[in-house]
Amino acid sequence: MDVQGWTFLIVGLTFALYIGIAIWARAASTNDFYIAGGGVSPLANGMATAADWMSAASFISMAGLISFMGYDGSVYLMGWTGGYVLLALLLAPYLRKFGKFTVPDFIGDRYYSNVARTVAVICAIIVSFTYVAGQMRGVGVVFSRFLEVPVNVGVYIGMGIVFFYAVLGGMKGVTYTQVAQFCVLIFAFMVPAIFISFQLTGNYIPQLGFGSQVADGTYLLDKLDNLHRELGFAEYTGGTKSMIDVFAITFALMVGTAGLPHVIVRFFTVPKVKDARLSAGWALIFIAILYTTAPAIAAFARTNLIETVSNQAYEEVPQWFSNWESTGLIAFDDKNGDGKIQYVAGEKNELTIDRDIMVLANPEIANLPNWVIALVAAGGLAAALSTAAGLLLVISASISHDLIKKQLKPNLSDKEELIWARVGALGAVLVAGYFGINPPGFVAAVVALAFGLAAASFFPAIILGIFDKRMNKEGAIAGMVVGILLMLFYMIKFKFDGFGGGTQADWWLGISPEGFGTIAMLVNFAVSFSISRFYPAPPTDVQEMVEQIRYPRGAGGATHH
Amino acid sequence: MKQYWRRNVRYLLILLTIWFVVSFGAGILLVDLLNEIQFAGFKLGFWFAQQGSIYAFVILIFVYVRLMNKLDKEFDVDEK
Repeated sequence: MDVQGWTFLIVGLTFALYIGIAIWARAASTNDFYIAGGGVSPLANGMATAADWMSAASFISMAGLISFMGYDGSVYLMGWTGGYVLLALLLAPYLRKFGKFTVPDFIGDRYYSNVARTVAVICAIIVSFTYVAGQMRGVGVVFSRFLEVPVNVGVYIGMGIVFFYAVLGGMKGVTYTQVAQFCVLIFAFMVPAIFISFQLTGNYIPQLGFGSQVADGTYLLDKLDNLHRELGFAEYTGGTKSMIDVFAITFALMVGTAGLPHVIVRFFTVPKVKDARLSAGWALIFIAILYTTAPAIAAFARTNLIETVSNQAYEEVPQWFSNWESTGLIAFDDKNGDGKIQYVAGEKNELTIDRDIMVLANPEIANLPNWVIALVAAGGLAAALSTAAGLLLVISASISHDLIKKQLKPNLSDKEELIWARVGALGAVLVAGYFGINPPGFVAAVVALAFGLAAASFFPAIILGIFDKRMNKEGAIAGMVVGILLMLFYMIKFKFDGFGGGTQADWWLGISPEGFGTIAMLVNFAVSFSISRFYPAPPTDVQEMVEQIRYPRGAGGATHH
Repeated sequence: MKQYWRRNVRYLLILLTIWFVVSFGAGILLVDLLNEIQFAGFKLGFWFAQQGSIYAFVILIFVYVRLMNKLDKEFDVDEK
């Protein structure tokens, strides 16, 4: 069978599976819809969290990015895993004990203020929408490359599937579909990795193959460093970013991860505080499988790429090169007219490669069978759809629960709220689809910055809410507002040329917009802390609530009040 | 009860110190120094940044789960 036949078969089977699960796990109450009835086992929740967390960016783009960044790519590896330690130790158990439905619920109740709740809702919606638009686009791209339908048709199909199981099943449907999607995506990621690791180093385990010897007896990484030196690139294991920037970006990604509403809300779905802690551990194990394999794939792909194309005659390049050339993602410009591909640093370079294709093209570069290529397509779709669904639920709950139920119509019955939740999810799917078809130019830039925004707004407010009993609404609101505005200012100034713009030379302390979330977070902490000392301590019942969430006993199911 | 919270915070401080050392310490601040050391086929600093820190994170969470489950029992605040 050819690649396209295999792709139709495997993608079709996985979609049928997701729909089957959605029908089986319909939501009957708001409890089901928001937190899957609160009865998900820690293991299943760990898998669902992993699928929720690993988006099209982790699956498709990350290994490619690392492949081109070398050591600098470590910011993503450490940043997107280290946040789970913060989540497990500082947030998940306490928020589970608090036992409500959403992050704005916690902010609103802990800071006894609807202003705080509204600020939190706005932050949650901004962060989630920027994220989800990128996912729908990812779905469209995978469809267009592997099934040869137009990108827009791919987005419609993706919307249809997500609509079906998110609107029907709510969190319950999404949770169990995500478990299935995790299995699909991790299988699809590992199979080519194992094949390629064995081909290149003779070791089946990519994590070990990464540090093994290649056919000529040198270590893979030493060889890669040598190749890079010969071609004039910075050493693969060395990197080019400044230390302070690497530090700041890693920190912002970690803290941002711990502050992302669609991740936090997953820990409301387990029955006990104990389960919330354990579940974070499972989630990180499942994530670590992919995150420790990705840098290995990056190094393999980089070596394969250089060896296949560098100084080869253009006439003799393999078939995959021409395939991807027709999509415009690889381009060759024979500047010196010698008919050979010079892939080097600087102006003499004749080859441009889109970083996103490394994972998708990898099986073809390594000559793997057609079904493996099809599997990668199904894995990319699983990663994009699972993340999109999780984000849509956050948006829908923000609207039906935090805005309508908590602020506009407190007398809403459970049935009516459920209808609103479904309407909210439908609206969110349509808006996400719109952005998928008409992507604003800044989506890719903003997705990375969403972490900075989450770090600058939610993280300090939640941490102080748990660990500082004296923290009051004045301090928390001031901190969130100053933090998110500062972050927005910096990213608009240096990413979109607002407020006079600026270049790398003007960065404050040499920190890039991606890493600035760290500074904005510190400012948030400082502002919250100093402002709070000028205003009275929170009321006694709030202080008692803080005392309560510190001890696990008595964590019942999540409730409305 | 104050005692329970204090012990909890102490565990957090210890675990977060390790969290900081394996990632920001070994993977970033000391990376050049550790890269002088060869570890299997890796430079050690590079290995911490792309592999070791992630393994350490997983272990940290499971150690935390164990410590807290024991602490909850000791102070009789565990869930029945």
